[in-house]
Amino acid sequence: MLSFLIRRILQTVPIVLAVVLVIFVLFSVVPGSIASTADDGRGPTDPQVVERMKKQLGLDDPVYIRFGKYIASLAKGDFGTSFRTREPVTSMIAKRMWPTLQLIFAAIAFAIAIGVPLGFIAALRPGGIVDTVSMVVAVSGLSIAKFWLGLLLMYVFALKLGWLPSFGYGDGGLKYLILPAVSLGVSPMALLARTTRAAVLEIMTADFVRTARSKGMSETRLVRWHVMRNALVLILTTVGLQFGALMGQAVVVEKLFSWPGIGSLLVDSVLQRDIPAVQGSILVVVLFFLTINTLIDVLYGVIDPRIRYA
Amino acid sequence: MTGPALIDVEDLRIDLNLGSSRVAAVEGVSFHIDRGETFGLVGESGCGKSITALALIGLLRRPLSVGAGAIRFEGREIQNLPAVEQRTLRGNRIAMIFQEPMTALNPVSPVGRQIAEMFVLHGGKSWRDANRLAVEALASVRVPAPERRVKDYPHQLSGGMRQRVMIAIALACGPDLLIADEPTTALDVTVQAEIIELMRNLCAARGTAVLMISHDLGLVANFCRRVAVMYAGRIVEQRSSDDIFRACSHPYTQGLVDSLPRLGSRARLGRSRLREIAGVVPAITNFPSGCRFNPRCAQATEVCRTTAPETTMLGADGLVRCHHHA
Amino acid sequence: MKLGTSLIIGGLLFTLAIVVGLLAPWLAHTDPVMDANLMNAEEPPSWMWWFGTDAQGRDIYSRVVYGARISLTVGIVSQLVNSVIGVTLGLSAGYFGGWWDDIVNGLTNLMLAIPSLIFALAIMAVLGPGLTSLLIALGLTNWSFTCRIARASTLSLKSQGYVQAARVLGYGDLRIMITQLLPNMLGPIIVIGTLGMGSAVLAEASLSFLGLGIRPPYPSWGSMLSEARDQITTAPWLSVFPGLAIFLTVLGLNLLGDGLRDILDPQSRSRRT
Repeated sequence: MLSFLIRRILQTVPIVLAVVLVIFVLFSVVPGSIASTADDGRGPTDPQVVERMKKQLGLDDPVYIRFGKYIASLAKGDFGTSFRTREPVTSMIAKRMWPTLQLIFAAIAFAIAIGVPLGFIAALRPGGIVDTVSMVVAVSGLSIAKFWLGLLLMYVFALKLGWLPSFGYGDGGLKYLILPAVSLGVSPMALLARTTRAAVLEIMTADFVRTARSKGMSETRLVRWHVMRNALVLILTTVGLQFGALMGQAVVVEKLFSWPGIGSLLVDSVLQRDIPAVQGSILVVVLFFLTINTLIDVLYGVIDPRIRYA
Repeated sequence: MTGPALIDVEDLRIDLNLGSSRVAAVEGVSFHIDRGETFGLVGESGCGKSITALALIGLLRRPLSVGAGAIRFEGREIQNLPAVEQRTLRGNRIAMIFQEPMTALNPVSPVGRQIAEMFVLHGGKSWRDANRLAVEALASVRVPAPERRVKDYPHQLSGGMRQRVMIAIALACGPDLLIADEPTTALDVTVQAEIIELMRNLCAARGTAVLMISHDLGLVANFCRRVAVMYAGRIVEQRSSDDIFRACSHPYTQGLVDSLPRLGSRARLGRSRLREIAGVVPAITNFPSGCRFNPRCAQATEVCRTTAPETTMLGADGLVRCHHHA
Repeated sequence: MKLGTSLIIGGLLFTLAIVVGLLAPWLAHTDPVMDANLMNAEEPPSWMWWFGTDAQGRDIYSRVVYGARISLTVGIVSQLVNSVIGVTLGLSAGYFGGWWDDIVNGLTNLMLAIPSLIFALAIMAVLGPGLTSLLIALGLTNWSFTCRIARASTLSLKSQGYVQAARVLGYGDLRIMITQLLPNMLGPIIVIGTLGMGSAVLAEASLSFLGLGIRPPYPSWGSMLSEARDQITTAPWLSVFPGLAIFLTVLGLNLLGDGLRDILDPQSRSRRT
């Protein structure tokens, strides 16, 4: 188990390095990238500013030396200094990590709590009214733009009904979390409902389900004892993939609800050409994504005994 | 015979619902099995033997359903029983072993637990007691080191071991009838003999009746006291196993007998070459009129093509469905 | 849902979006960018202004109609780029194997490691806002799934002796790939492409909403919603129609993809949802 974990982590090292390289190339090497990004549509940038930025990034050094320096500072956990706030990017990210994690875990929790039971109920009576309705809900959930849904929820529950705050992090309380988490959680919820339904439908045709029925167990026990665990393997795959996607989509929801997470840091930094902060936030998002995927792989082994780490 | 048979199937018809139309996949099937008796159902794949078995244990699922006829267990019609009572019969009094030991067990559940479920479901045991009983059950099917094996998952066991687990599950509650659907087809030849011996000994010792289903006439005749041969959804001949090689009456049965490699008697008769039955099994939606075997039958005449033959009783325990039976 | 229902509804919605986009100059009441008139600012929906007007007094209906052009252009073109990249890489990787396969696999893993919206956002940050940037950013970041399917089906077709048979007949590599392999994987590729178009429409809207895609005053549904957010208390109707347009377009593509899957790629119904 431990050796599997170590090997799995080692496998991600080249990917992380490749991501670092891509981010470095995108923002530091592409000709004129600094000059063009500094042009924010408000007229030409002051040449002095460009010079200062160049110096700061060490742009006068050869590319490979700059990359080496970049890697070296990353290894020390140093993401550089923000152009905008003069603050170390590492501490900016650290401050915003928790709200983002809160948001993503709340969204996933919502998605699992609604999507999995919905898929189960739908699969137990395929073609029934519950099945039809939940699959219409699911395909709608996949088609709706998160920020539009968020906007509608904001209008109804915050502005009209006044039950929840319309935006912001407030004191970090649950009531601030609900609307962003639901907006973010709707599409993974829809996907989970569809995956669960398909998984359960497939499992119900398996031979071991017939065996279980031949034992004389009720359908309820059949589902609890034999179907759920098998479905869990497939559901887990979807949850794992969704975590990564959510990290990306959180950007939009965080921006809409002025949620002080990595996503809004990323957008604000992009809009204000704060390159060290952009690079840092992207890297953190990717690292988070890879970590989750590794954890999911480990969980597989726990749920499905056929996958054992030899 | 004293009292009703253990299980009595009368004029069973199983329908295949194709949405727009309905065809009888099995029709006019009647047989009975006495307590402790061994009865075989033989036929090529697709002849309806497996779905007949599923009907007996109440596991037919859409698009298949029982269309007509009676299935009586100890004289009681079981199809009209409430679901709860059907479930207490299933597994407890009537148990079943399936062909594929690879897929018939839940891949993500330890085999011990899958046995223990039986004691929880039907014996009202706690999980702790059930797990202890599962070790005993595994020992009774001669699995070595059962106290360790109960923790294994199906993929960690060989095919033969898995089938032993299936037998342990099936016999856990001491059923009166064991339905074995091709129990050895998926296994290595050497393992087949072991499994058959195991089933024979365990069932004989416990007085469990067996319905053995197979395409292998030799195996069934060897295991069972009486044999029924099915073709295209109908029983065409039923005999005691002793008679089936000596004096079968239906050309299809004769074909099955001739296709068996046999030492001794057959060689003496000078037929050294194995013979296969010409033609293929008709599709379920396209059964021929008259006798369903007529397109493949060497003895077929005009009447065979137009009129379905009725069953003819042959002595006390035999019957045949053929216009030209000897 | 009954087989075919989603195909029909999806097809209708997608056709509607296409027709609206094509006929935009005739359907629109006013010019979507130029016809701003502060006299008409923030009119609620009425017979005069079907979907109401925004803070600059522009007709939302006309802007939504023209927005279809941007959404569909981005959706169709960027997904085509993705499909071409994915099929080319996947097919050649599966066909030639060896070091090229390793490189393509590495690239695919890299793409899968970066959430595609984040990657697109990074590219937009470098290229700056605008339609061309959007096409590049979205066209380069969503091909990994197509690539995997193309590679997998190439490998399975190869093992069926297809390729050997064609080679024996003296076919060249390119000819085998195009005439023997490509047609056999087209079904799933079209399905992924249709669903991918939906994601691209959503991604365009998201990027424009963030101010990184199409910028005001150009009528992208996403940037319209970004403006609408600031006026949600005074002019809530601004938030309704662009979002509804996104929803119906993406819903149409998703239903179309589901329906096509049942026809073109039946064995995958159990594989994925």
